[in-house]
Amino acid sequence: MKSEMSGARVGVFALACVMLIASGCASRPANPDDPLESYNRAVFSFNEGADRAVIRPMARVYDAVTPKPVQTGVGNFFSNLGDIWIGLNNVLQGKVADGLSDWMRFAVNTTLGVAGLLDVASEMKLPKHDEDLGQTLGTWGFGEGAYFVVPLMGPRTVRDTLALPLDLKGDNVWTIDHVSTRNVLTGVRFVHQRARLLSVERTLDEGALDKYAFTRDFYLQQRRYKVHDGNVPVEYEDYDALPENGSTKDGEAVPQ
Amino acid sequence: MKSLTTVFILALSFLLSPAATAATGPDELVRKLSNEVLDIIRTEKAKPTEDAKRLVAQVEAAVSPHFDFRRMTMLAVGRDWRQATPEQQQRLVDSFYRMLVRTYSNALTQYRNQTVAFKPARFSPEDTVVHVQTEIRQSGTQPINVDYVLQKSDSGWRIFDVVVAGVSLVTNYRGSFAQEIRAGGIEGLIRALEAREREIVQGSSGQS
Repeated sequence: MKSEMSGARVGVFALACVMLIASGCASRPANPDDPLESYNRAVFSFNEGADRAVIRPMARVYDAVTPKPVQTGVGNFFSNLGDIWIGLNNVLQGKVADGLSDWMRFAVNTTLGVAGLLDVASEMKLPKHDEDLGQTLGTWGFGEGAYFVVPLMGPRTVRDTLALPLDLKGDNVWTIDHVSTRNVLTGVRFVHQRARLLSVERTLDEGALDKYAFTRDFYLQQRRYKVHDGNVPVEYEDYDALPENGSTKDGEAVPQ
Repeated sequence: MKSLTTVFILALSFLLSPAATAATGPDELVRKLSNEVLDIIRTEKAKPTEDAKRLVAQVEAAVSPHFDFRRMTMLAVGRDWRQATPEQQQRLVDSFYRMLVRTYSNALTQYRNQTVAFKPARFSPEDTVVHVQTEIRQSGTQPINVDYVLQKSDSGWRIFDVVVAGVSLVTNYRGSFAQEIRAGGIEGLIRALEAREREIVQGSSGQS
């Protein structure tokens, strides 16, 4: 009798657990990709504040005073400096042909493209790639870790943040040791990159219900896509297609 | 992130298309819609007075019949869609539709001579869901992949997702929508969407 009772109790307890877990799933607690959400939100709003106060105004001035062809040249120049590092990462990921193509781009654009100001290589069917150490680590099997907002640099994952110092250095391999030159180049590049986003910021501001969450989800989706070089299968559920009777995936009974 | 602009332009291009017959294949439909949208943009840009509103209205009229907004909203809302009453579902579809139009109409004005390349679509006649891949090209930058996902329906193929550089424009809303639902249920999400809309409408009329 006693053991029967405890058996029933265990059963009730197990059922309660299942229900708890099921209801936990249904209400979807915190975002599993974002365990550091409160820290991230704080840094995100700090970044937004710095952007409003300093960075965006500078980018606007740059955009207003710099003729479009010059902006293109500036973009090409920095893009060219990055190709060495991009090529190295392609090689590290086993994509040797892509890596060689990136180095060829650098050679072509540095010479024929006048120190990288013109992107001649793209016209020669040497396409621009987008690789970095974070992606290489991902290819090697390192998990991305939590979403992590870096002060002044924006969205990353823990993995990409760890790779960031090398990515920054690698991107500048050809920058001269001359400190003031390097500082100027770094500053110009930062402002230039921000200026390129001026045209889309309204879309982001108005398209999002919550800019923080929208930016996060956008970043993570795009990052995963890049790490897998575009081979991310997508599944589309159909929530309208409810079973006629019985229960749904959540285990809730459907009223008859 | 700069791909956002291009994405929006492309996504817009998708939305367009007048009377496509049920016989139009998914790849043809996508091609037709993007060409139509690009034509509208180019024609409008060539006019002495560029009118953003007129441009958006034309694109919207051309594209929206070929999108399945109910499906898009359902995918953005996620599993909680089932808990919404039919009336709530309709309100969600309406506000999400307006949000998408608003978002993309900003992007339409950013068109800068990009071209669209269509990759050969691989699908068999019995497929009911087909991905059509395109690539947006712009000199000096890496091409951006834009994929359209279409579902076969009685009235022909309809687009229910646009994936730009790996980011689904629809499911990217899931995180923020789920957050609102967690805080205030389906009704909370509807209120948040409607409140956001009022904010933006007031903000933009106050600005200019």
